[in-house]
Amino acid sequence: MIEIIQKPWPWYVAGALIGLTVPALLLLGNKHFGISSSLRHICAACVPAKIPFFQYDWKKEVWNLFFVGGVLLGGFVAMQFLSNPEPIVVAEQTIQELQALNIATDNELMPASLFSFESLFSLKGLVFFVVGGFLVGFGTRYAGGCTSGHAIMGLSTLQWPSLVATCCFMAGGFAMVHLVFPWLLRVL
Amino acid sequence: MQASNQDLKSTPLVVEHPVECEAPNDQVAKESLIGSNIKYAVVGVLFGIVFVKAEIISWYRIQEMFRLHSFHMYGVIGTAVVVGMISVWAIKKFKIKTMQKETVVFHDKQFHWGNVIGAGMFGLGWAITGACPGPLFAQIGSGFLVVVVTLISAIAGTWVYGLLRERLPH
Repeated sequence: MIEIIQKPWPWYVAGALIGLTVPALLLLGNKHFGISSSLRHICAACVPAKIPFFQYDWKKEVWNLFFVGGVLLGGFVAMQFLSNPEPIVVAEQTIQELQALNIATDNELMPASLFSFESLFSLKGLVFFVVGGFLVGFGTRYAGGCTSGHAIMGLSTLQWPSLVATCCFMAGGFAMVHLVFPWLLRVL
Repeated sequence: MQASNQDLKSTPLVVEHPVECEAPNDQVAKESLIGSNIKYAVVGVLFGIVFVKAEIISWYRIQEMFRLHSFHMYGVIGTAVVVGMISVWAIKKFKIKTMQKETVVFHDKQFHWGNVIGAGMFGLGWAITGACPGPLFAQIGSGFLVVVVTLISAIAGTWVYGLLRERLPH
């Protein structure tokens, strides 16, 4: 049993469990699945700065912060007790294309050459963490949601603006990987 | 009698939630800080475990997705949407109530240009960081502590959006 849990889970298991989060939150207490709202609540709680967008009763939405706190803890539990002892398997073509960009594939979930504190204090780190994070935070709020709020909750409830947003999420990702990366990683 | 009906109409029973918040809290019943909210933390823990175990938090999986070298992420998102759709359909069809015996509330989303521009910006950031907001938290939990910087930057991005909101096309 523990061996099955330790192996990476297939997409249909993960997809089904993530999909079930939608009815779970709705039935546990009329809550709508969406994670990027937590970033807004953190702003409202910590630095509202008299901005109207952050002037609301964030305490009523505090469940969302409990939820993301749980996600963080879940990441810890999975890594500590259920983690896969084998190196991560990455598609051969992806390995080759990343190598061409000077990003070596190692055995962990994330390339250590990028996601370490050493790279934080370089131009690369600035782009990957600071610019990347800013785009995620600004973009999701401007779009009115992220992959959970739009792609999963929005499409589940047949909202066409969510379909538009989901297509634009993908378009942005394709543009970054195919148009910006080849240039960006040569400069950095 | 007429007057009291009017009064009822003018005081909405629905809990007010922030404009455009995609995760509104529609519960009417009172909630206690820890007792009521702990169950969402439990769902979050399970969710975080799935993120790590299906390697959704992996930067490589996001690269594979945008390079069309693997079906994995498409499979995950596709299955999640189908399961979500069936669940929502069942809740509506069989009028399933919440644990507090309340009717489940759904909201219609209004299109605005942020759905295009903001979503495109998020897509750019998604490919760089290899994470959407959910996986950011799971990455930190699973030991990639440098992602705290990404998270702080994402919070800053949200804040700057709040600051500039009135001046952006919607």
